[in-house]
Amino acid sequence: MITLGDYLIVSGILFSIGFAGVMLRRNLIIILMSLELMLNAANLSLVAFSRFRVQPTGLPDYNVQVFVFFIITVAAAEVAVGLAILVALYRAHQTTDLKDVSSLKF
Amino acid sequence: MSPFLFWIFALLMLVFGVAVVVNRNPVASALSLVVSFLGLAALFMSLDAYFIGIIQVLVYAGAVMVLFLFIIMLLDLRAEEGRRINWVASAGGIAVALILLIQIFLVVGHFKAARQPFPPLAGSTIDDVRNVGALLFSNYNLPFQIIGVLVLVATIGVVLLSRREPR
Repeated sequence: MITLGDYLIVSGILFSIGFAGVMLRRNLIIILMSLELMLNAANLSLVAFSRFRVQPTGLPDYNVQVFVFFIITVAAAEVAVGLAILVALYRAHQTTDLKDVSSLKF
Repeated sequence: MSPFLFWIFALLMLVFGVAVVVNRNPVASALSLVVSFLGLAALFMSLDAYFIGIIQVLVYAGAVMVLFLFIIMLLDLRAEEGRRINWVASAGGIAVALILLIQIFLVVGHFKAARQPFPPLAGSTIDDVRNVGALLFSNYNLPFQIIGVLVLVATIGVVLLSRREPR
């Protein structure tokens, strides 16, 4: 029998994987993809709670699913803008390696 | 959903999530992310969130990942070669991620309500799209319109950012 805790643990592991990706990789595209992993982990835990909180009508809590819908939309917009910034950066410096983008470094 | 199916899809999602982070080739990372998203959509379906599951496949696997692959193709990003791994920094990064993971385990472990099974739902078929849509257009109408403006602004921003400077 799968419980809410199983879904939360899986969501936590996925979030940690995305977090490790953002910390460890230097390629900007991989970092953006790991960011998407983190957002999706949050979505999974939200939908798990939506199914867990059954309303008196016998339906899951749909407010949470509306929230997840908004998160997916905002994440898609953020990815588009992030990739546009990446393209502009690549045109200026011909690299996507974070090590070469250190002009603001203290 | 039977526990066997749940663990299959969860393992699929997690293994390909690790493949995203570990792969040197950006194309392999992007394709692994697509498979991970499909596993996640299956998990959404198992939670009776059919609308969110379909939206996940359509928007994430269908649009966002296609965008990623287009960018990788246009910028002609090659596989990283001759990468000197800084083991100390990598160990530090993995340690921080492990600490986060342990804290999540502790929090979920103390969450007593998480050990109960899911409450049953009324009815066998759920009018998922209708219910989410009704909420979206009645209670959350204002955030919905604001999201529309946000997507418009993002589109304009992307077009502006991608413009070549006239020489």
